[in-house]
Amino acid sequence: MGWPISVTVNGEKVSAEVEPRLLLVHFIREKLRLTGTHIGCDTTHCGACTVLLDGVPVKSCTVLAVQADERQLTTVEALHAGGALHPIQAAFKQEHGLQCGFCTPGMMMSSFALLADNPDPTEEEIRWALSGNICRCTGYMNIVKAVRAAAVQMKEAAAVPAGAAVGS
Amino acid sequence: MLPAPFEYHAPHTTEETLELLDRLGDEGKVLAGGQSLIPLIKLRLASPAHLVDVNRVPGLDVIEERDGVLRIGTLFRHKSAERSALLASRYPVIAEAAAQVADPIVRNRGTVGGSLAHADPAGDWGSVVLALDAELVLQSKSGRRTVKARDFFSGPFSTVLQPNELLTEVRIPAAGSRSGGAYLKLERKVGDFATVGVAVHLQMDDGKVRSAGIGLTAVGPQNLKAEQAEAALRGQTLDDAAIEEAASLAAAAAEPKADQRGSVEYKRNVVRVFTERGLKRARERARGGA
Repeated sequence: MGWPISVTVNGEKVSAEVEPRLLLVHFIREKLRLTGTHIGCDTTHCGACTVLLDGVPVKSCTVLAVQADERQLTTVEALHAGGALHPIQAAFKQEHGLQCGFCTPGMMMSSFALLADNPDPTEEEIRWALSGNICRCTGYMNIVKAVRAAAVQMKEAAAVPAGAAVGS
Repeated sequence: MLPAPFEYHAPHTTEETLELLDRLGDEGKVLAGGQSLIPLIKLRLASPAHLVDVNRVPGLDVIEERDGVLRIGTLFRHKSAERSALLASRYPVIAEAAAQVADPIVRNRGTVGGSLAHADPAGDWGSVVLALDAELVLQSKSGRRTVKARDFFSGPFSTVLQPNELLTEVRIPAAGSRSGGAYLKLERKVGDFATVGVAVHLQMDDGKVRSAGIGLTAVGPQNLKAEQAEAALRGQTLDDAAIEEAASLAAAAAEPKADQRGSVEYKRNVVRVFTERGLKRARERARGGA
């Protein structure tokens, strides 16, 4: 039996009919074809499937698609909106915050939520905030560095008055 | 992994929820935060024919301290408990436990009521409500009843909650000004279930213990209330000797099983050490006043 849902996906309203047992991560990957969100452990441990629901990180393997009805869904693809790398993406690249890259979408979504909430986190705060995301390559040092670097960059960008960067 | 098919219900009021639960009986299961239930249905360890999702019911996520009672609604999420200024200042045992449940992403979604109803003996909330001597409000179409935390759990993953009942809220006796608490948890890695957890809550009165609550996590078929240790503390001035005595009694009350996380002796000893540390921390907090 189909259940009608209406979800705002990365700012765009999407309507669909889904089976209640459909997991949010399958809806994202298979119906929306947004494959940046990865399925890792599939048992609520690893955080590779982390997306934001109304701005809050959730493990999309552990939420039903019907539960996203009438809510704002943000996936890793939203970071790249506008064609340029988001400062978080740029920092992960710059600081080598990824090795195999499988956990990276989830890492970046958790980092995104952290920086929205706490723009200047300490290393310890970053480590706690990312403790629900597992990097099987164990590349945590550079991931933490990347989040710090993104924080600094986002702060500097925010400090530049509007228009000042143009043509400089 | 995909759960077996089920029918989904999304009620908008408590009345509607209770009506549904009454009609569905054994076939229905309440979906709160889903951080235990969804993994269970994916692994097909449970395959309820109907899921009743209460996330759209307003008012179930209340937190309110009034008339000598702290009320916490069933949908109150671990993250909200972790961030609550009220809980941090007056109920440290709750704030500390909430911050140690699973990982931050799971805490965004998981709920107090869901965790209690799931009744995992390694769950943290069970020990907290036992230490605080809380009451749980169970509501059904035909009325409501209140059950003491110590009477709620009936074994591993088992409670007295009936299929037609909804656990609507937890009621905790309001903390007095000279109270303190702590939650200590040993885990193999961050975000894991407890190897051992100990919840402590103290209410002091005129330099003496008026009441002490001690709940134990993951060392028995259900969360345990260390009642002999609690009784031994009542009326004491709470010097180190009294604390050591209570810690030994708490260790004796534990019924741990040996597994890859540790031997029986090891876990029992952790209970003793954590009870001692927890009581000392709670004592300090109680002395600091509100």
